[in-house]
Amino acid sequence: MEKSRPLWDNPLQFVFACISYAVGLGNVWRFPYLCQMYGGGGFLIPYLIMLIAEGMPLLYLELAVGQRMRQGSIGAWKIISPYLCGVGVASVVVSFFLSMYYNVINAWAFWYLFHSFQDPLPWATCPLNSNRTGYEEECEKTSSTQYFWYRQTLNIAPSLEASGSVQWEQALCLTLAWLVVYLCILRGTASTGKVVYVTASLPYCVLIIYLIRGLTLHGAVNGLVYMFTPKLEQLSNPKTWISAATQIFFSLGLGFGSLIAFASYNEPSNNCQRHAVIVSLINSTTSIFASIVTFSIYGFKATFNYESCINKVILLLLNAFDLEEGSLTADNLNEMKDHLMATYPQEYAQLMPQIKNCSLEAELDTAVQGTGLAFIVYSEAIKNMEVPQLYSVLYFFMLLMLGIGSMLGNTAAILTPLTDSRVIASRFPKEVISGVVCFMNCIIGLIFTMEAGNYWFDIFNDYAATLSLLLIVLVETIAVCYIYGIRRFEKDLYTMIGCKPNWYWKIMWAFVSPLLIISLFIFYLTDYILTGTLQYQAWDATQVNVLGLGFFSVLNLSSCKDTSFFPNYTVPQSGLLEVRSWNQGHPLILWKGKPGKT
Amino acid sequence: MQCLSFPLHPGNCTALCTTAVRVCSSPDAQNAFKVRISIKTALGDNAYAWDANEEYLFRAMVAFAMRRYSSKSTTQISNVLLCNVTDRVSFWFVVTDSSKNVTTVPGSEVEAAIRMNRNRINNAFLLSDKTLQFLKITSTLSPPVEPSTPVWIIVFGVVLCLIVAGIVFLIVSGIQKHKKKNKESTERENLEEKVEVTLENGIPCEALDLKAGHINGVFAAEDERFTSL
Repeated sequence: MEKSRPLWDNPLQFVFACISYAVGLGNVWRFPYLCQMYGGGGFLIPYLIMLIAEGMPLLYLELAVGQRMRQGSIGAWKIISPYLCGVGVASVVVSFFLSMYYNVINAWAFWYLFHSFQDPLPWATCPLNSNRTGYEEECEKTSSTQYFWYRQTLNIAPSLEASGSVQWEQALCLTLAWLVVYLCILRGTASTGKVVYVTASLPYCVLIIYLIRGLTLHGAVNGLVYMFTPKLEQLSNPKTWISAATQIFFSLGLGFGSLIAFASYNEPSNNCQRHAVIVSLINSTTSIFASIVTFSIYGFKATFNYESCINKVILLLLNAFDLEEGSLTADNLNEMKDHLMATYPQEYAQLMPQIKNCSLEAELDTAVQGTGLAFIVYSEAIKNMEVPQLYSVLYFFMLLMLGIGSMLGNTAAILTPLTDSRVIASRFPKEVISGVVCFMNCIIGLIFTMEAGNYWFDIFNDYAATLSLLLIVLVETIAVCYIYGIRRFEKDLYTMIGCKPNWYWKIMWAFVSPLLIISLFIFYLTDYILTGTLQYQAWDATQVNVLGLGFFSVLNLSSCKDTSFFPNYTVPQSGLLEVRSWNQGHPLILWKGKPGKT
Repeated sequence: MQCLSFPLHPGNCTALCTTAVRVCSSPDAQNAFKVRISIKTALGDNAYAWDANEEYLFRAMVAFAMRRYSSKSTTQISNVLLCNVTDRVSFWFVVTDSSKNVTTVPGSEVEAAIRMNRNRINNAFLLSDKTLQFLKITSTLSPPVEPSTPVWIIVFGVVLCLIVAGIVFLIVSGIQKHKKKNKESTERENLEEKVEVTLENGIPCEALDLKAGHINGVFAAEDERFTSL
């Protein structure tokens, strides 16, 4: 008796699975950054255009292929053309790379979640130094949230070579993360289908709570105004369009084989056209929604920092000139400064270097993306809210749900071809195959829990998937349109859904999307070639020149913004890696411009 | 220069006032300490005004601190001299030693005395280390309360147990279902084997004359005895 293919219990499970996979951390921590960099509200124009030109068509293509062939990526592409099963294998390999490093983010989210059950939050204050007369030196120089992230969470090494040892706390959290993923994929669609109800809907609940909380925070409006003020001149910058195309492409998770895997568990008569449109629209809407929340938080944090800065200046002046408390306020600060400068010119001149010029715009300008946004900026904002423990738990739980949802898709992309292949599936039950895959990934993932692990993470995130995915999706589109034949594909869709795809889909599949992908591919390739040696950013705990390293350049620290994370120095590796140099005037980037799946 | 000490013994007045004047005119003397008080920051609306009574209390507290530290009761309130009170509310103070010819007590002793009694002094004014600052005296910060087991390990343990229990449950129920399915399929296989060759008393059905097998002559005969209704 032949086993029938497991199916989703209902189409809703499939839609939730796709949403859970597509809506990931990138919607929360990359899109707001892009919005800020490329013209605020104006960025929505290229974003929506790219959604229509490449997002929806490519998503529909992958779902249709999966649903029609009813196999994982390797089997599906073998059916399309026996010479093309390499595309499927490439998808599996890329998914494997992704699942190796992606779960570390879930480990970090667990770490922060577990630490949210304390009062006060551990990242709210600096720890004391050994003789208890002040705060720990490294923490004093940066801030308590950054110290908690770089020292107490990552225990980051000064460079990639100084690998250090595996941090047992992070290793434990990583093991737990993999156990959770294993629990969710253990039974295949039976278990995944139930889990995605939670992982898809819970982030929205938390985002709504945060929206309400965020909009009522003091100073949130500053952030929102800053974000939504469109700077239309950015539309003439080609980077804007490239970033929009890239963001749509990677945000939907095309090319990994996960969408094909999910769709292969569908009923053959499922209306995947409608689902493709729904999923891509929900994904984009979530990005915009998340960026509203993020910008209210930004506004709150920037206002808070600005007001702290002003208060520090006021205190400095009060103490220096022994003025009465309350005589200096934020409103009369400038007049009083002029008055003091006139009355006590000598003392004022002595104080000048210490008086900072506080500026709200400067605070808002510090654009951050990636783990910096998720774990530093947000935790900094949370520690200043009332009942911070509640918001902290909610937020990191949401990050977990987003991360696990994406992991489910990744592991499905790896496991579906394995369970489809008769060679393996006949010998081992599904649970054993899943277990072996999770175990191997967990062991390899321990690299990312070492002291230099975050640098490896950066490398993987920047370079593991980008070019490969572009190539994979390009070959997929060309294969379906020209090798399999678009008329044959049309007929298949008619058999499945009952209606033929209209001219919009056909034109996008055959011409527009491949051209877009080719141009993206050429752009990134030339960018890599022109950049020369690859670079990464390193954390310097001492913020002094590293001695005796041959060639190094130390950043001029006074030009850094207050939230500067890295000074830089060069690691004398004549081979691959040196710390990237600062681009003056270019905002802080913790993630080099290459997007990962995140 | 305001002389703020009102000694009990009029005889010492001139000497003490001179000391005060001397100290106040060169405030970076080693044995003088600057104090900065931020009442409004600490208490907001409940802030009290800093007046002569508060100053008296301050001098009393410093004298108390000196007495407690050196365990001799020679320090009087009159030995504590304040000067240069500003609107910020900041001032300098110095402690004199009346037994040793009106010299100032060494700064290290004063510092140690204040350190020892910092808490009492703060509480007398409803202030804290940050709002009642002795500028040259660093305060010992209290360490944060740490439970014996870090909280995160407890939460981690709970979540880990739940997840492992879930995995074990799913695996075990999967194995049981698998066994049941195997048993059912072997039973069904055995049943199918039997159905293949149906036997009637050891004789295969095909060999029997079915018609003859269905009608039993004994019973059919009895039926004819009854009249039809």
